[in-house]
Amino acid sequence: MDLGVLQVLALLLACQLAGEVVTHAANLPAPGPVLGMVFLLLGLLALRRVPSALERTSRGLLDNLSLLFIPAGVGVIRHLEILRAQWLPILASIVGSTVLAMLVAAGAMLATEALFARGSSANAGGRDR
Amino acid sequence: MTQGIGAIWVYLATSPLLGLVVTLVAYVAATVFYRRTGGFPLAHPVLLSVALIAALLEFGHIPYARYFEGAQFVHFLLGPATVALAVPLFENAERVRRAAPAIAVGLVCGSVTAALSAVLIARALGATDVVLRSLAPKSVTTPIAMGISEKVGGLPSLTAALVILTGITGAMLFPLLYEATGIADWRARGLGAGTAAHGIGTARALMLSTTAGAFSSLAMGVNAILSAVLVPPMLTLLLGR
Repeated sequence: MDLGVLQVLALLLACQLAGEVVTHAANLPAPGPVLGMVFLLLGLLALRRVPSALERTSRGLLDNLSLLFIPAGVGVIRHLEILRAQWLPILASIVGSTVLAMLVAAGAMLATEALFARGSSANAGGRDR
Repeated sequence: MTQGIGAIWVYLATSPLLGLVVTLVAYVAATVFYRRTGGFPLAHPVLLSVALIAALLEFGHIPYARYFEGAQFVHFLLGPATVALAVPLFENAERVRRAAPAIAVGLVCGSVTAALSAVLIARALGATDVVLRSLAPKSVTTPIAMGISEKVGGLPSLTAALVILTGITGAMLFPLLYEATGIADWRARGLGAGTAAHGIGTARALMLSTTAGAFSSLAMGVNAILSAVLVPPMLTLLLGR
């Protein structure tokens, strides 16, 4: 049995709905859609494969993921006054902290891996890759 | 004749159709332009589209709420699209499992860095208290960021704007920043994009590598939860109650 686009959309929305219900009922600090993503992931892990229609429809959605942020982005115009008055601290803060966070997250991950690899190569006497 | 066009404009300006069509057309045009420039960072499609539509609303005297009546249909798809991120994540489940401890360290360090450096830089340059509180959760995906902002005494709608600006900044820096610093690992690049620049960074990472997209999705999700727990006490320490 294969699914169509409509069934896939229904599945994605059902996961989101389940996520919203659980996060509100349990008062969790996670957005409903993110919890829905976890539910779908658990389903896929149980199924051990991605149905081809889900693969196609999700690719269609994710290929245009940037588009979906535009309506919220235009909302910036509601705060032009604050942004204009404090543009320097805001701009420096956004650019500076984005650069730092991108580098620290990636760097800390790679450094930890290197540390683990050194530990395990000392134990096993060789690298596994 | 002019009266006819005026009447059509009056009708269209109040119909949700205009906001929807404008959003799609601006995005398609911005994407074509972005490809023409060979992916020039300042020509990022979200930045261009937002600027284009914002200018149109200003000149047309159309309030944001009226525009959103149409654009909400696009906005609504963010939910199912976020759920769909489970697919690339599943396809990379084995890679994620193998790197789990390193991912956890990267996430915690990145998450703290994002909030802490945002507040410290803005404070050093004289931002007001409400702006500092609104800036702290700006690397977090919008709904959670707004929730955190409200809790710590920021302006949730200002936070939403700062979240988008942060996402666009991260997308513009990806992967340039990593090329410049010699970080070639797509897993680590994705982790950084998702931690610092949530869904917009994830969208950019997905365009270049499914693996980066998967790690970015994971980072976006976990960072939302981490920040919801860590940002409020961090702000109390830094700025007081």
